[in-house]
Amino acid sequence: MRARTVSLLRVIAFYGGLLLVWQLIFNAYIWSPYLLPEPSRVYASLLRYIQNGVLLISIQTTMQRMLEGFAIAFVIGMTMGVAIGSIRWLDGTLGTLVLGMQSLPSISWLPLGILWFGLTEQAIIFIVILGSVWAIAISARDGVRNIPVLQRRAAQVFGASRWQTVRYVTLPGMLPSMAQGLKLGWSFSWRSLMAGELIFVSAGLGHLLELGRDTNNMSLVLAIMGVIVGVGLLFDRLVFGPLESWVRTRWGLAQV
Amino acid sequence: MTLSLSRLAQPTSVSTSTVAQACPDADTLLALNGVSKRFVTSRHDTTALDDISLEIKQREFICVVGPSGCGKSTLLNLIAGIDTPTEGELVFDGHRIKGAAAERVVVFQEAALYPWLNVRANVEFGLKIKGTQKKQRKELVDRYLELVNLTRFEKAYVHELSGGMKQRVQLARALAVEPRMLLMDEPFAALDAQTRDALQLELQDIWARTGSTILFITHNVREAALLGDRVFVMTPSPGRIKAEIPVSLPRPRDLDTHAVADFATEIRSALQHEDYAGRAPVASFMI
Repeated sequence: MRARTVSLLRVIAFYGGLLLVWQLIFNAYIWSPYLLPEPSRVYASLLRYIQNGVLLISIQTTMQRMLEGFAIAFVIGMTMGVAIGSIRWLDGTLGTLVLGMQSLPSISWLPLGILWFGLTEQAIIFIVILGSVWAIAISARDGVRNIPVLQRRAAQVFGASRWQTVRYVTLPGMLPSMAQGLKLGWSFSWRSLMAGELIFVSAGLGHLLELGRDTNNMSLVLAIMGVIVGVGLLFDRLVFGPLESWVRTRWGLAQV
Repeated sequence: MTLSLSRLAQPTSVSTSTVAQACPDADTLLALNGVSKRFVTSRHDTTALDDISLEIKQREFICVVGPSGCGKSTLLNLIAGIDTPTEGELVFDGHRIKGAAAERVVVFQEAALYPWLNVRANVEFGLKIKGTQKKQRKELVDRYLELVNLTRFEKAYVHELSGGMKQRVQLARALAVEPRMLLMDEPFAALDAQTRDALQLELQDIWARTGSTILFITHNVREAALLGDRVFVMTPSPGRIKAEIPVSLPRPRDLDTHAVADFATEIRSALQHEDYAGRAPVASFMI
């Protein structure tokens, strides 16, 4: 209990200090206020966008794109990864393609996406999918590979069919690797989505950033940047954090 | 505690060695006829097993000893049905072995439990694969958790268990599907000496109570002498059975008795001397 209070105080002191430095830099007047607004103005514009409802709608739009794209990427990535991990000849073929694609920033697919799908939702979701599908596939493949041989053989000696082995051993056994891959994929997709929304204007948080730039409203830009960080952190804490710590304790990897 | 074990405790009509000699095939559970296994790669052609023939009877406890690379694990994999012989045939209970099945289950050396399942769910695993009904699964799991003394730990996860407890979970998981034959692949090799001693006695007790047939692979001659009705001594390259040593000691046997030590010495000398002729195969005796 005491340790928690101390660590909370430390966090408050750290971010309070950061705000203070920001305010001091503002007061030193190194940059003009329209390039670097002071904290209170950023806060005010955040409040205004919350009150007029625009922020909420933007978050909703962005999250919907993110979740749709990520769900599709999850299904495709898992299927590819499990297949590559289980079937040897696929690793030399599809496996190399996946590794190669992983090194391509997914935003570079946007021109193609726009040509194929036009300036539509599909084009943006396409980018989100391509942001995470490779990372998910690679971690799924590694997850399958990292399952100890004896765990699979133990199912085999009970007469497990190929499908039963996948269902009862491979899928749960790949979780430690998946927890990392999903988190990585999520952050790749999140970045691509922001870039996509910046370039390809149609609602969403990225669009608000673009709007701030167009109207020279730097305090809006900074406020939205804060929101993007906040949403990212929130997801990490609510979804991937618990998943990771569950895996750690269950597998006994924990130092908690 | 009395256990009413349905399939395991099959009453054998033949119960004395004299009768067994009179009709040697009446209760044969497993027979290997001229089984060979070669592993051929572009560089190597290894004969892991060379012309192995043997018979194992219902309720026998068979130990296989030999140096590493003598093919004892290959032998076990063939009987388990997760590998196929290059030549010869394996006949189990009148049928040729075709693939793995819950009638012949393996207990591995280590790391074969599932960390995402607790002890109870691990023991239940084989029954789920087999498609046993939920109610019956519960009964069987309860019974075998009790048999290996792990009822108190049914909610624990694998990483919370000691090495000896993990092996007891594996044993319970294997016994729960009530196999005709239990294949044990150096199950106690990774344990410390005290735990190994305790588990050897426990296994002897469980074997007596369940009446299962056990093929037990080990490189520990004292373990073989303590547990086996018969001990097969194997030599490497090519893998052959060099000697078959019947251990004619009453049960239950105790650790560190002179009698067990004498048999251990005999097994060791069979392992060490290339020219050991072995005893003439004696008809196995029953318990």
